[in-house]
Amino acid sequence: MQVTVNGTSHQIEVEPDMPLLWLLRDELGILGPKYGCGIAACGACTVLLDGVAVRSCQVQAGDLDGAEVTTVEGLGTPEAPHPVQKAWIEEQVAQCGYCQSGQIMQAVDLLRTTPNPTDEDIDDAMSGNLCRCASYPRIRAAIRRAAQAEGA
Amino acid sequence: MGKLRTIARRTFLIGSAAIAGGVAFGVWAYRRDVENPLLADLPEGAATLNPYVLIDADGITLITPRADVGQGAVSIQAHLLAEELDVDPSVVRTSFGPASSAYYNGKVSAEGFPLAAWDDGFVARTGRAASDVIGKFTGLHLTGGSTTVPDAYDKLRAAGASARETLKEAVAQRLGVERDALSTEDGHVIAPDGTRLPYTELAADAAALEPIEAPLRDPAQWRALGKPMRRTDIVAKSTGTARYGTDVTLPDMLHATVVTNPVLGGGMASMDVAEAEAMPGIVAIYAITDGAAVVADNTWRAIKAAQTIRFDWGPQDGPADNDGLWALHEAALDSGDRDSRFTDEGDVDAAPGTRLDTEYRVPFLHHAPLEPANATVLYTPERTQVWTAHQAPTFVAQQVAKVTGQDTEQVEVHNLQSGGSFGHRLEFLWVTQTAEIAMQHPGRPVRMTWSREQDMTHPFLRPMAIARGAGTTEGGQVRSLDLTIAAQSVAESQVGRLGFPVMGPDVAIVAAAWDAPYAIPDRRVTGVRVPATIPVSSWRSVGASHNGFFFETLLDELIHQAGADPVAERLRLLHHAPSRGVLEAAAEMASWDGPQPGPGRGRGVGFAFSFGVPCAQIVEVEQTDAGLRLTDVWIAAEVGRVLDPVNLDAQLSGGALFGLSHAMFSEITFADHAPEQWNYDGYEGMRQWQVPRVQVRGLGTTGDIRGAGEPGLPPAAPALGNAIFAATGQRLRQMPFARDVDFA
Repeated sequence: MQVTVNGTSHQIEVEPDMPLLWLLRDELGILGPKYGCGIAACGACTVLLDGVAVRSCQVQAGDLDGAEVTTVEGLGTPEAPHPVQKAWIEEQVAQCGYCQSGQIMQAVDLLRTTPNPTDEDIDDAMSGNLCRCASYPRIRAAIRRAAQAEGA
Repeated sequence: MGKLRTIARRTFLIGSAAIAGGVAFGVWAYRRDVENPLLADLPEGAATLNPYVLIDADGITLITPRADVGQGAVSIQAHLLAEELDVDPSVVRTSFGPASSAYYNGKVSAEGFPLAAWDDGFVARTGRAASDVIGKFTGLHLTGGSTTVPDAYDKLRAAGASARETLKEAVAQRLGVERDALSTEDGHVIAPDGTRLPYTELAADAAALEPIEAPLRDPAQWRALGKPMRRTDIVAKSTGTARYGTDVTLPDMLHATVVTNPVLGGGMASMDVAEAEAMPGIVAIYAITDGAAVVADNTWRAIKAAQTIRFDWGPQDGPADNDGLWALHEAALDSGDRDSRFTDEGDVDAAPGTRLDTEYRVPFLHHAPLEPANATVLYTPERTQVWTAHQAPTFVAQQVAKVTGQDTEQVEVHNLQSGGSFGHRLEFLWVTQTAEIAMQHPGRPVRMTWSREQDMTHPFLRPMAIARGAGTTEGGQVRSLDLTIAAQSVAESQVGRLGFPVMGPDVAIVAAAWDAPYAIPDRRVTGVRVPATIPVSSWRSVGASHNGFFFETLLDELIHQAGADPVAERLRLLHHAPSRGVLEAAAEMASWDGPQPGPGRGRGVGFAFSFGVPCAQIVEVEQTDAGLRLTDVWIAAEVGRVLDPVNLDAQLSGGALFGLSHAMFSEITFADHAPEQWNYDGYEGMRQWQVPRVQVRGLGTTGDIRGAGEPGLPPAAPALGNAIFAATGQRLRQMPFARDVDFA
């Protein structure tokens, strides 16, 4: 099976029911996506699958042949962050930070489909992503900031 | 006045015991420098100037010993050191340092005494100062109680200043000039001719000198403190490069998980592992304390196999379900036995006026940080290494040493940042379980991760509690208030798990109620200790997390009965000027004009004095076709000087929203001796679409410097409940509120 992760092609031999999350974390050593719940209730594992945000704990390896996966590491780097990551830095969203990789991937998907989201758009897109530290007001502010930056 | 007499009597006992018990000796020993634990493992070519500053050829490392569980502890510790050391905290490295009593927390024990933090009298101050000495002797390397900033504020600036002046002295001796002729900037000493000498080249010389004590800079000279800061971890946490315990990756590492009896200490009678053993990637399955460990080559394979094991658990004693647990609390209240009565002023039984009697209940709550409990342990007979995130790393070393049979000195703890805690990382069960597993695989690191289901069903809980309230109103005013709170003792349960007994009453059972700074003529607050059954733990703001709700809801009911305004009557009763200040500020922010701003809308007030911080909140709700919607929260707090307005906003806002989220939706309930909630789908909280606008103001005008991680929580739930009453006329006396009302 062949999967492209952050632009790098991988040949993979694992059980077909292994979730993409654990394929990334324990087989490929890509640690940005996080395990929080395993049942799509928290969103900490969110990645882009062929450009669309998915809960990687719910995607099975057997369905991935030929897929392109982007994790938070594939967006940008500390030296050259993606515009959404930059907004997250400028708004200082993170507290513990554990959910933020997933929040950022979800926000990237939102802004891809809805470049100027309303509050309601943000609510609809982001309410599957849990933040136990309750950084929610700053998540909203960072999405607005990223939307303005991209629109400018 | 009764209150002063009671406080004086109590605090005298503490003060004199401390003095008779060794403060005379203690003052001498206390003033001695602590040993520098960095000297023990100093790498070749590295130098250390004190326990907080390590310099080698690669650069400068600031030691930030307080755990970072998301509250920004590393960043503020680094900024306190850097302000005096003259380095850029975003460029230098930080490390949690070794587990060591040198990093004792003098403030956390101060808050354990029944000394009202608003009381600045001689006896109270003496008592707290004595406890700082005790803190040093007991060597509590501990993060908690919103004490990081109060404890570090002078200590770390002094360490930075001492290191800076000692580095300058090294140059002074080298160049034969006076130290005063030198200055410092961005990690360099500047010679009189302008030559810039990097600290990294001076460290070895400086480390050979006697450390120099230097006065602290005037806050007017500060470059970073007091202004909005950029957290030192913000870039890593925004780019997926921050590393947590779940990310520890070591050569030849094994992956493990555990399944254990839902009753702590209940044991395991037998298990059927036939199916699990045949699954791919499984290395070993064996019994550990209370259950089984599954060791594999991948975490998911371990968790998947673990789910197939069938167990017969050992005996499950104690109450089986919530009804039984509530009955224990009711029986404790009915018994008349009391744990404490720190406040008994006037005569509540004879107080005049119209009487009100009420009862309030709060459920068990789980910390449920998003990062599941985990640890990595590498055991060898000579030395054990532990990688985990913990608020008390010296306890971790002691507990692991008990498992491995080694001396505590043979256990090295590498502390890590945590994906949340809210008090959870004061527990250590998963670490000792990992040590048990690692002993089966000497020389190979084992990373053990709890599944979310294991984590959710093996909690250390915020206690459930019942409060019985009574009071009277007369002439449009609150005349008397009598509150009796029944809960299990967190101290007894939590410290008991460390193997220590706890003496005396548990202040946490009545925290933020006995010392609420209201001058009510007849007032009594009684704590009742419920027998220990379910393990309970320090959950963000501890006892204040329920007592803020109990006290402020009772007070609000009395104010309503009196026909008074919720802000005006509280302001009349508050006898502590900073407390009045925060309530006035919140009322101003909200443009307070009574509890009913319009049709279908309601506003509620909550106030609490906890962890030395008065915090007032006003919540507004509106009724919609879909249910109640929170629209606004206004928060004002007095933490003394505000070191970082950005993080103050994050902590107070986060604390309030955490409190509101649990007040609305969350509870852990028991059936058949086990929690009924298995994952976040059963333990819901506020989501993005339910989050109100939040405005925060830190007054920063008066008082000692204080921490902000916890004080934002206690006023939130009562402010919401009082707002719902104002909007609907329905008084909510039991959390979570979603039992009784619908939220949009």
